[in-house]
Amino acid sequence: MNSSPDYDLECRNVCKTFGPIRAVDDVSFEIPSGSFFSILGPSGCGKTTLMRMIAGFEDPSSGDIQIKGRSVVAVPPNRRNVKMVFQHLALFPMMNVYENIAYGLRCNGVGKAEIGRRVNDVLERIALPDVGEREIHQLSGGQKQRIAIARCMVLDPDVLLLDEPLGALDLKLREAMKIELKLLQHQFNTTFVYITHDQSEALVMSDHVAVMNQGRFEQIGTPQQLYHNPASAFVAGFVGDANRWAGRVVDVDADYVRVEMDAGLVATAAVGAGQSLRPGDPVEVFVRPEFIRAERTGGAPEAGGDTLAGVVDSLLFNGANSRVLVRSDRSELIEADVTLTGGPDDLKPGEAVRLSWSADQAKCFAAGADKP
Amino acid sequence: MTQKDIRRLSLILLFAPFALWIVLLIVLPHIGMGVIALREKVAPRVYEFGFGNFIDFAQEPIYWNTLLRTGSMSLLVTALALVIGFPIAYYIAKIAGRRSRGALFLICLIPLWVSDLIRAFGWILLLRETGVISSTLQAIGLIDGPVEMLYNDVTVVVGLVYTVILFMIVPLVSTLDGMDNAMIEAGYNLGGSGLTVLRRIIIPYAMPGIVAGCIIVFMLTAGSYLTPILLGGKYSSWFTETIYEQFITRYNWEAGAAFGFLLLIFTSAVVWIGLRLSGQTLAATVAKS
Amino acid sequence: MLNSDKNWGFLLGYRLYVLAFFVFLAAPLVAAGTFAFNDSLFPALPWQGFTLDWFFNDSEPKLGVFHDRRLLRGVYYSFVIAALVSTLSVAVGTSNAFLFVRHDFPAKNVLYIVMVLPLVIPGVILGISILLLASSVANTLDDGYGIDIGFLRPGIFLVVMGQFSFITTITSLVVTARLRKFDRALEEAALNLGASRARVLATVTLPFLRPAMIAAGIVAFLVSFENFNTTLFLVGSESPLTITMFDRMAKAGSTPVLNAMSFLLILGSGGLALLSVLVQRDRTPE
Repeated sequence: MNSSPDYDLECRNVCKTFGPIRAVDDVSFEIPSGSFFSILGPSGCGKTTLMRMIAGFEDPSSGDIQIKGRSVVAVPPNRRNVKMVFQHLALFPMMNVYENIAYGLRCNGVGKAEIGRRVNDVLERIALPDVGEREIHQLSGGQKQRIAIARCMVLDPDVLLLDEPLGALDLKLREAMKIELKLLQHQFNTTFVYITHDQSEALVMSDHVAVMNQGRFEQIGTPQQLYHNPASAFVAGFVGDANRWAGRVVDVDADYVRVEMDAGLVATAAVGAGQSLRPGDPVEVFVRPEFIRAERTGGAPEAGGDTLAGVVDSLLFNGANSRVLVRSDRSELIEADVTLTGGPDDLKPGEAVRLSWSADQAKCFAAGADKP
Repeated sequence: MTQKDIRRLSLILLFAPFALWIVLLIVLPHIGMGVIALREKVAPRVYEFGFGNFIDFAQEPIYWNTLLRTGSMSLLVTALALVIGFPIAYYIAKIAGRRSRGALFLICLIPLWVSDLIRAFGWILLLRETGVISSTLQAIGLIDGPVEMLYNDVTVVVGLVYTVILFMIVPLVSTLDGMDNAMIEAGYNLGGSGLTVLRRIIIPYAMPGIVAGCIIVFMLTAGSYLTPILLGGKYSSWFTETIYEQFITRYNWEAGAAFGFLLLIFTSAVVWIGLRLSGQTLAATVAKS
Repeated sequence: MLNSDKNWGFLLGYRLYVLAFFVFLAAPLVAAGTFAFNDSLFPALPWQGFTLDWFFNDSEPKLGVFHDRRLLRGVYYSFVIAALVSTLSVAVGTSNAFLFVRHDFPAKNVLYIVMVLPLVIPGVILGISILLLASSVANTLDDGYGIDIGFLRPGIFLVVMGQFSFITTITSLVVTARLRKFDRALEEAALNLGASRARVLATVTLPFLRPAMIAAGIVAFLVSFENFNTTLFLVGSESPLTITMFDRMAKAGSTPVLNAMSFLLILGSGGLALLSVLVQRDRTPE
């Protein structure tokens, strides 16, 4: 019986243990039809295992996996309508492009004429209409990517799984492919499930992202939610860059706490989502560099915020993403975003500066076992 | 059927041919050979268990002399094959350019695929009294009359080395091929001379290939039949000939089985001692070759 | 690797050594081959003129290879035996490759060494042991039950079994080496695209293995064709070429027809060896 036909893929309490190791620990999520869903996490967090269970190459120790409302746990991997783009693409070297794409159609008993039509159709859609006769080793990295996707898409899958497909590409190509993948997903309007350890890929392409750590989903949300409202210290530290300070709670006031940092500074921070803190708790405070303002000593501090005095240690020039590294009087290095125009007003190493930020942008979480 | 069941079934299906092959063609025959070796003929068609065959062997000096001679000459051949073959293998693996390497390796393979018989035949044509070398030397005037170069130990050793040297070169080439040139260059860079680099870097690295080659060459030489017989004549005293004699000429299958067993034990013992001395294990050698 | 300036002399000496070695390798083969064209009743100097008689002539005393009945029969039997052995050993060798590369089972390492052992056991011993077993079984059945099983007596079946016993090791090693290089993700991709397991094997895995299987088959054929030691003890009335030639050689005064045969064998083996190397060359850059 169909329970949730709006969801293309649904996992309920999926667990997988290998002996004493819990690779996947009670994972549940739903993915709406036609969306781009990423699973983001460091190596070894269990995302590959989860993906292999969805594809059918591993059986879950417990829990259910449903595709378009029907449980597929008992269905062998060659009968599920979930197609996968492998990490190294796994294009068949002994066949040319046409035969690679036609492979799945042949397995389904589709007729020759129909195969020809559908293969050419999908080649058009990925903008490579003339490569049918070429051998695999004659293709470039980006072309191979698209062929691998086409090979899956020609079969009209319910869900497309992508296993870190951009890892082998160089930077410029990777950036271009991110946009291409997003466009392809819109064009085919198929649900994409994308696993990666690169958070910029997940944020740029996805409608929703699940952050995974040690077999569990720490948070599921839109990229904006993850970035601005992290639900745990792990998410705060893993997604985007942040300065990270350890300290102890001194005072609690509704949604804010006063924290005394190990570095000496006492500052106000917003309590992270779902946390309840008491004075004396060891905590970690996260502040993103783009919310820290670095000014030469002498201006007015940000209203409602804290300040820290320090000396410019070095400048990291990276175009629009330039950073200044400031050494506080307690010898901690703090990163703050800064614009370097090349003119005389730029900060220089050795200058005394004041760093200021608003308490809303300082997220505080209980310290604990959350190291990525 | 679950995935697990499928795997079990395929394991059984794949194991069956392997088991049949090994048990029927290797294990049982060797056990059978051992059983027959331990049979003594007491009366026509009546047999008894006993070590008689082995005692006969021990009591007849010509038998164990032959065995020892075979063993020691095989060791000599192995050593020669190693010394002569190593530079060739090194050349092919390291010094030859890419294209000539393929060609050289191929040229090495061709004599391998041509039968022992033809190779021995060729040597006979070259070395016998009326052969090429004798005739040429007479024609040049270096010697007065025809010279018989066959039917002596030196020729047998040379012939055996010729027969087996490729089995030494091939494993050496594949081992040396896997060696990173950077290791050798580092050796020179750190101040080593050619000899030091050879002794301390190349040879230890190539040791598994050397050991594998030596084992194969030794077993091949000791078990060789055609080359010692054709090049050494009827009195070449090679142990395989003794075994053949027991079987075919004397129809004494029990003695033949016992001698076969002795050859096997003897060569295995030598190989085992060699492995211990060089500090390798059989598993590591097999794994690397 | 070698510092080219200083070691120019050494390198030259080295190259000469290698050259001398290859001359040494070629000498007997050249000798055996060239006498096939000598117009003389004996394969010996002096050279009495070029002739193809030893190949094509059809009357005594210079009976050419293509008319020598016994030699040709030997070639035929050798062919049949080699074809059987090579087919069987490639089949079992491929099965062994899958067994050892894809599965885990107790005593796997020991069994792998056992698989390699037949290569190291002297061929005579392999021949003797199989002869003894087959004869014992045949005799027991004959004496005890009156059943006469012909193929357990020395003959083509036993020769095939004897050669198969160690050639299978060779084919197993060749195919295993290739199978180890196979990327299993290709199989998973094929499964993912909807192929049945049998289809995956036929369309993805075996095509990958094909060069190695062909090369193994060629090697098996060659080793079987030229085998002597094991065949010697198992041969019956239908003798393969090596045994026939050996019988001829043992009789003093054999004619150059043997040289003609040798020449053909050298060409044939060389050609097949070349083929096996070409087949195994990876044409696609990885």
